[in-house]
Amino acid sequence: MSNRVETDVVIIGAGPVGLFAVFELGLLGLNAHVLDVLDKPGGQCAELYPEKPIYDIPAWPVISGKDLTDRLLEQIKPFLPTFHFNDLVTGIEGSVEKGFTLSTECGKTFFTKVVVIAAGGGSFQPKRPSIPGIAGFNGTSVFYAVRERETFRGKDLLIVGGGDSALDWCLNLQPIAKRVTLVHRRDNFRAVPNSVSKMKTLVRQGKMDFIVGQVSKLCGTGGQLQSAVIKTKEDAIEMTCDRLLPFFGLTMKLGPVSDWDLELDGNQIKVDTATFSTSKPGIFSIGDINTYPGKLKLILSGFHEGALMAHAAKALTHPEERVVLQYTTSSKNLHKKLGVA
Amino acid sequence: MKLIVTDIDKTLHEVDFKEDDILMHVLRDANMGILAECGGSCVCATCHVYVDQEWLSKLDGIGDDEEDMLDEAYEPNGNSRLSCQIQLSESHDGIKLTIGPKWD
Ligand SMILES: Cc1cc2nc3c(=O)[nH]c(=O)nc-3n(C[C@H](O)[C@H](O)[C@H](O)COP(=O)(O)OP(=O)(O)OC[C@H]3O[C@@H](n4cnc5c(N)ncnc54)[C@H](O)[C@@H]3O)c2cc1C
Ligand code: FES
Repeated sequence: MSNRVETDVVIIGAGPVGLFAVFELGLLGLNAHVLDVLDKPGGQCAELYPEKPIYDIPAWPVISGKDLTDRLLEQIKPFLPTFHFNDLVTGIEGSVEKGFTLSTECGKTFFTKVVVIAAGGGSFQPKRPSIPGIAGFNGTSVFYAVRERETFRGKDLLIVGGGDSALDWCLNLQPIAKRVTLVHRRDNFRAVPNSVSKMKTLVRQGKMDFIVGQVSKLCGTGGQLQSAVIKTKEDAIEMTCDRLLPFFGLTMKLGPVSDWDLELDGNQIKVDTATFSTSKPGIFSIGDINTYPGKLKLILSGFHEGALMAHAAKALTHPEERVVLQYTTSSKNLHKKLGVA
Repeated sequence: MKLIVTDIDKTLHEVDFKEDDILMHVLRDANMGILAECGGSCVCATCHVYVDQEWLSKLDGIGDDEEDMLDEAYEPNGNSRLSCQIQLSESHDGIKLTIGPKWD
C-alpha cells in the first residue's frame, strides 16, 4: 500500500460507530478509509468484551461484542472500506476549502475532503508499568508489542503478564531467543489453557523459566537493559536480561485528539447535533468521543449520529447536489450501491 | 455511612455511601481518582483498590473473574480488589481503603 492516500472520507477509529459510519457514508456515495491503532476492527466491543452479551442493539435481543463487529463488517462490505490497522492518527491539518491532510505514526499521509473522528474512549494503548527507571529503556530494551520477531533472536527475554499476549509471545519467541523467562504474579493464567500447558511443558523440559513475582526495578545504562529485580513472595532476585516485554492489557488514552484544536468539554469533542460537526467545518465527530446536551454513550446513539453526519458530510462535499433521503427497501439507486440490484 | 479513603497522594478522605451502593460508583462520583474505564464490567482493572486487612474478611469473597482481571491491575497484592465488584452495606461503615496506583 502506498504511503499517500486520497479519499472522500477518513474515519478515525474502527469501533462499532466508525464501522457503521462507513455504511451511512456509502449509501450517499462517499468512500472511506478507516484507521485504528488496534490490530482489528470493533473498538471496545472487540478489545474489552468480545464474549460479553449486549442487550440493547435494536432488533438483536442479545448479541456479543464479537458478533456485533462481525455483522457490521458484513453490512459495510459492499462499500469496500479500506482499513489501516496498527496505526495511530497523530496530525490533522487543513480546512474544508483546501481539504485535510492526516498524518500517522507509521508515516502514512491521507488527503481527504472530510474527517470523521470516531475515536471512542480514546486510542487503545498498552498499560505501561511505572517501574523506576523504565522510561530510559522504552523502545531500546522495553517493548509493549512485537513488531519484528527477528529483532528478538538471540536475546535474553523477560516477558511479564498472564494473558494471551504474554503466553503467545513466550511460545513464539522461545525458539529464537537465547532464553525466555515468564514473570507473572500468580501461578494461574487468564490465557487459553492450551498455551498455558505448552508453556508449562517448556518449563519442565528446561527450555524456559517461569517465576511467580513482580518486576520491581530495572538496571542498565544507555538504554541497554542489563538486569531486572523481581520481587517474589519470599525475597527479591536479580536476573540478567536484555529485553523486557510487559503485557498487562490495554488502556484508553485520549492521545492526539487533544492537539487538534477542536472545542472540547473535558475529554470529549463538542458537536452540533444537527450535523455532528465539530467546531472546525469538515471535521465531524461521532460515538463515545463526542459530547452534546443529553449525550448517551451508547452504540445505538452512535449509529444515529453516523446517519446525520453522513448527510451533512455529503451536503458539505457536494453543495451542488440536493441530498434526498432514500429508503434502502425501495431505492434502485441504493440497491445498486448495496450490490443487490 | 462512610468510607475512609486514602488517595494516590496519600490524602485521607471521608466519603459518604448508602446501602447497596457499588464501591466503584461511590469512589468515581467523589472524584477519588478512579478511572473505571469499562464502567464496572470487570474487564479493565482501572478501579483497583487496596482494602485494609481488618476489613477484607467483611467483604464477599473474590470471584474468579475478578481474580483474573487483577492480573491487569498495577501492583496487585493480597489486599487488592476491583471496586466495581464490591456492593456496600451497613457492615462496611467505616471501611478503610487505598486507591491503587495508576498505569502510565
Ligand atoms: C464492558 C462494556 C460493556 C458495554 N456494554 C454496552 C451495551 O450493552 N450497550 C451499549 O450501547 N454500549 C455498551 N458499551 C459501550 C460501547 O462499547 C461504546 O459506546 C462503543 O464501543 C463506542 O463505540 P465507538 O466506535 O464510538 O468507540 P470505541 O469502541 O471506543 O472505538 C474507538 C476506536 O478508535 C481508536 N482510536 C482512537 N483514537 C485513535 C487515533 N488517534 N488513531 C487511531 N485509532 C484511534 C481506538 O483504538 C478504538 O478502537 C459497553 C462498553 C464496555 C467497556
Ligand atoms: S471498572 Fe473496569 S474492572 Fe472495574
